[in-house]
Amino acid sequence: MSELAFDAVGVRYGKRLALEPFTERIESGEWVGLVGPNGAGKSSLLRAAAGLVESTGSISVGSVDLAEQHIRERAALVAYVPQEPLIPADMTSFDYVLLGRTPYIGYFGSESAHDRDVVAEVIARLRLDEFATRHLGSLSGGERQRVVLARALAQEAPVLLLDEPTSALDIGHQQQALELVAEMREHSGLTVFSAMHDLTLAGAYTDRLAMLDRGAVVATGTAAEVLTAERLADVFDARVTVEIDPDDGTVIVVPRRTLASDCGPNGHGDD
Amino acid sequence: MSDKPDQPVAASNSVWYFASGVVLVVAVLIGASVGPAGPPWWQVPLEFLSRLPLVSFDSGVSDAEWNIVWRIRMPRVVLGGLVGGMLSIAGASYQGVFRNPLVDPYLLGAAAGAGLGATIALTFGRSATVDWAIDPVPTAAFIAAILTVAVTYAVGASFGGTRSGVTLVLAGVAVVSFVTAVQTLILQRNLDLVREVFQWILGRLSGATWADIRLVTPYVIVSCIVLMLHRRHLDVFRVGDVEASTLGVSVSRTRLVIVAAATLGTAAVVSVSGLIGFVGLVVPHVIRLVAGAGYRRLLPLSLILGAAFLILADVFGRTISSPAETPIGVVTALIGAPFFIYLLRTRKVSA
Ligand SMILES: Nc1ncnc2c1ncn2[C@@H]1O[C@H](COP(=O)(O)OP(=O)(O)OP(=O)(O)O)[C@@H](O)[C@H]1O
Ligand SMILES: [Mg+2]
Repeated sequence: MSELAFDAVGVRYGKRLALEPFTERIESGEWVGLVGPNGAGKSSLLRAAAGLVESTGSISVGSVDLAEQHIRERAALVAYVPQEPLIPADMTSFDYVLLGRTPYIGYFGSESAHDRDVVAEVIARLRLDEFATRHLGSLSGGERQRVVLARALAQEAPVLLLDEPTSALDIGHQQQALELVAEMREHSGLTVFSAMHDLTLAGAYTDRLAMLDRGAVVATGTAAEVLTAERLADVFDARVTVEIDPDDGTVIVVPRRTLASDCGPNGHGDD
Repeated sequence: MSDKPDQPVAASNSVWYFASGVVLVVAVLIGASVGPAGPPWWQVPLEFLSRLPLVSFDSGVSDAEWNIVWRIRMPRVVLGGLVGGMLSIAGASYQGVFRNPLVDPYLLGAAAGAGLGATIALTFGRSATVDWAIDPVPTAAFIAAILTVAVTYAVGASFGGTRSGVTLVLAGVAVVSFVTAVQTLILQRNLDLVREVFQWILGRLSGATWADIRLVTPYVIVSCIVLMLHRRHLDVFRVGDVEASTLGVSVSRTRLVIVAAATLGTAAVVSVSGLIGFVGLVVPHVIRLVAGAGYRRLLPLSLILGAAFLILADVFGRTISSPAETPIGVVTALIGAPFFIYLLRTRKVSA
């Protein structure tokens, strides 16, 4: 009942077309990864779903057309983590995560005990207890990113939009954060749509991938279908080999160095 | 789990409110006790005490002396408190809405408009209005202040930047320079009035009456109630317009409500007290440094401590060069600025 459906969603900034009409249906509880080179339109698509840019076509959650929703009802349906969140340096992590409860607090009201419990639970789940009373300005980039994720989870919306949620995390925390999204997905049936740069991780954690290039969809399907060496060479201009783990079928994208030491910087970067 | 982070916060909230309440009461007592004529200063607090219900003793203050305290000093103290508290809470709200700690409640033209309004009222037809029962200067200042901010808002919105406060700030810069230019033009043609207008602009609390207070109080109350009710929204604004809107806050509408409320109160106090600077900028900032940046605590503390600050600044202004008065706007900057710099140096600001 919380599937996320895009029907011919297009985005333009002035005259520049950032996203050609995009049609896709993400089932309730499904996790779809959005991959593609820089400037492909991934963020634009997510921003359209979050209601931050004007878009053509229609986006709906379940049977609800988002365009018809009041901004607050929309916030209770769709949680969004931007690529570059704005961090108020002098706010504590707890208060920041508490902001995720905003859609549930009446206009003149203040948060309830339940809101605080939700926040405390999310903080505990993300193992952020030790940071709860610390100011965001004093956290490392990765710690901050987890706190931002915590805010989105505290929003308890059935649809979670993540724009490169793990770009600042080390490999362990990347895994932890993605595991956490996976766990929350099992736990509360979240529908997740996330832009990701690390193709191997994207393939490992998501159910399906959609690849964008210059605003248009070039492939959708399972990781094995989408992430082929030829396509990556074509779309990303990257020299990679793709291996499939014989045990669990994980698709592994391995960047290969060109012999003449002019390896492209845009191979398989998550930076 | 949940008590861990929130318990100390809740506790320290009431500590802060209590402490600042004490500061305000002390400031009021000092303001009422110090001054030329009147009873010895130490008798005044006693007299206040004896006038509390169920308390009765002779403090040695005569009726004539009490008249000086109640009719002359108290209106001044109360007006000072209203002005200081209002400018501070409005300043804090402006800072929150524009996510800029260097902003004051005059940003969108409330002060420039009030200045122009007062200038017009003092210049044109002054000979006819000088003995009216109601002085038209505050009314003109009030209306012009509100009109100016409304024009700024209309101009800013017509830039199309509904998503960003930046266009509004830029519109403010343009409108303020225009309004100030008009004022200068008028003054330049009426040089004999420069002194009077300048004195109005510098701000004053002297000569305050209970009637002045009755005039501004309704606006201040409405403004403060609306601002206090939006404290939580100001905290949401701290993550920026874009994210605030994904959290379900209608950014431009909420901003309009907050700015309108802050402007109403600011215009009201400015129209009776003149343009007292510095308070609205620095008081919230100082509180932020000592008590934390969350708006839920910042707004009430700004109101209380802003009031205390201006009352004390006024005591200072009327005593240091007594019997002459140092303009209150000068005093706020003279004692506020060094204190502010001291705080900035001792507390390492993280942002
Ligand atoms: N606010 C904007 N105004 C104008 N053009 C924009 C704006 N935001 C993005 N674009 C353009 O739209 C296109 C798609 O941008 P988008 O941010 O969606 O890419 P992306 O796939 O998220 O890239 P990245 O991997 O670098 O984050 C780019 O060509 C970009 O230059
Ligand atoms: Mg992007």
